[in-house]
Amino acid sequence: MISEADGDRRDGAPEALAAAVTPGDLVAVMTGFARTLRAAGVPADHDRTQNFLRALSHLDAARPGDAYWAGRFTLCASADDLPRYDRVFRAYFGGLRAGRAKPAAVTVVRHTAALAGDRGESGDSPVPAATASAAEVLRNRDVARMTGAELAEVHRLLALLRTGREQRRSRRFKPSHRGGLDGRATIREALRRGGETARLRYRTHRTRPRRVVLLVDVSGSMTPYADTLLRLGHALVRSEPRATEVFSAGTRLTRLTAELRHRDPATAMNAVSRAIPDWSGGTRLGEELRRFLASNDAGGAVVVIASDGWERGDVSLLGAEMARLSRTAHRVIWVNPHKGQKGYQPLTAGMSVALPYVDDFVAGHSLAAFEELARLLGGANA
Amino acid sequence: MDSPGRLAELLDEQAYLAGEGLATAAFLALRMGRPLLLEGEAGVGKTELARALAAVLEAPLIRLQCYEGLDASQALYDWDFARQLLHLKAAEAGGITDSARLEEEVYGRRFLIARPLLRAIETQPAVLLIDEVDRADVEFEAILLEVLSDFAISVPELGTIRAERPPVVVLTSNRTREVHDALKRRCLYHWLEHPSFEREVAILRRRLPACSESLAEQVAKATGRLRETDLIKPPGIAETLDWTEALLTLGARELDPDVAAATLGALLKHREDHEAVLGNGFFGDLRG
Repeated sequence: MISEADGDRRDGAPEALAAAVTPGDLVAVMTGFARTLRAAGVPADHDRTQNFLRALSHLDAARPGDAYWAGRFTLCASADDLPRYDRVFRAYFGGLRAGRAKPAAVTVVRHTAALAGDRGESGDSPVPAATASAAEVLRNRDVARMTGAELAEVHRLLALLRTGREQRRSRRFKPSHRGGLDGRATIREALRRGGETARLRYRTHRTRPRRVVLLVDVSGSMTPYADTLLRLGHALVRSEPRATEVFSAGTRLTRLTAELRHRDPATAMNAVSRAIPDWSGGTRLGEELRRFLASNDAGGAVVVIASDGWERGDVSLLGAEMARLSRTAHRVIWVNPHKGQKGYQPLTAGMSVALPYVDDFVAGHSLAAFEELARLLGGANA
Repeated sequence: MDSPGRLAELLDEQAYLAGEGLATAAFLALRMGRPLLLEGEAGVGKTELARALAAVLEAPLIRLQCYEGLDASQALYDWDFARQLLHLKAAEAGGITDSARLEEEVYGRRFLIARPLLRAIETQPAVLLIDEVDRADVEFEAILLEVLSDFAISVPELGTIRAERPPVVVLTSNRTREVHDALKRRCLYHWLEHPSFEREVAILRRRLPACSESLAEQVAKATGRLRETDLIKPPGIAETLDWTEALLTLGARELDPDVAAATLGALLKHREDHEAVLGNGFFGDLRG
């Protein structure tokens, strides 16, 4: 984490700025800095760069720290930008000290490639995906046992899945024959009638879609399903962009909502695979939930956890956090891909501590199971 | 006020100790007439800055607390329908039926109720605190964006009300969701961290003169370590101050495990956190 006590990061700025003699040079140096930042993924676009220069004009650009702060306030848009900002600032203004720089901790694991590797060895004969009956067969098949072509067809159908939402009462109003007095409409009505105040107007609350939060376990044991579940996440986000949040959970919690807003599923999934740092690691769902509940608003939301419940962390923590979640959320749905298999029993320790706090426990292994989940999210009962 | 350093001194006089970054951010917000968006965990002093700025500028603090469902009639203005109706009734009884005149009267300024945003635009000078903007709906951000872009509010029946002198605006967010980029663009953005050990000691000493240097150091050390522990709700500055006050009220001169445990409720607000801290003997090695 960056803290204000961390003093070494703006080394070099005064020297670089002192070298820039004319205001024109200064502008060139600073816009160059903004451009470098942009290349590093900080949203330092033209507007923000102009704000940066404006901010600098109110400060003493040669004073240590001022360029650092002015840039940080104007060029960064979120806490996630700050480590990159610090890194680029140090590098750009030449203050990088040997041995101080941390290596970029970005490891991208292309999950889809790993998945494709062992597909097709399952012994199932390939099914021509074009016919209606084939689609019907596909609908109930376990995605972990599909060939690449079958899976692609399921993903295509999944992208078309539209999900409804439960409704909740909003604070906003609409005209109605029942409900509370609508002052604004009543006055309007009276004025229309030349000041005659005989007729009253009423209004009632509008309804709005309830938020859905999907947490997808991307740990090793979930590998055959995580990709498809995240595609379900894409369909959910596309259906109700303002009422959906998607996170991946493994060893750490990663918010994927922004990545999943891309219209095109392939683009979205590429962005997602870049964003998730902990594909196929272990699961510490208890800790993830705790982090989720600490920093996100689960209040009134329908929370969907997609996991097989193979908890590596402390199971009692998972139980406690599930209890907290069930007190906060409107409804908790647990999706377990293995539940679709014959003879499945929820025997894993994680599953058995979580189940008492789950409102709906459903399968998540096939297109049919996903469609069922979509119906649940629309307010149907399991 | 000609430099961030000078502003920091003035804030200090209001018992608000701002670091270099925060002082520079606030200085630029004042100079550039831009809203300041403060993000950071709960309890790092975001809201408090608005109070301190208001005191420094000798301006009233106008606060808009955001929540889900907050709408224009609660944030901008509303019409006083009861009084409008009464007025119409009176006119009716008096036999006045000139509807143009009635309309003008009924939508006069005296029947308009100013909510925080309109109040901030009509008050000079003013500090406007838009607290926990992440709790409001995304739709509400569009309203905010409009107001913060022009510092003007248009009331269809009355016309546009413009600020002669825009208020100083501080927005806070606990980051339970991302604030919309368009709104962020209007603002200077500052991510606020928990204070360093030295600053926390200074804040305790500044706000609670009865607190000795050694007690302040013990408290700051303990809370600093607690923030690194995996708690549901790590203590913010407000909780640290409450805790220290509780310790002082009990007459504690130093932090020992017993008095720490007895006052823990002022610092940690979740049962699970209490259990974690007391269970692992966190306060056992305090004296070391």
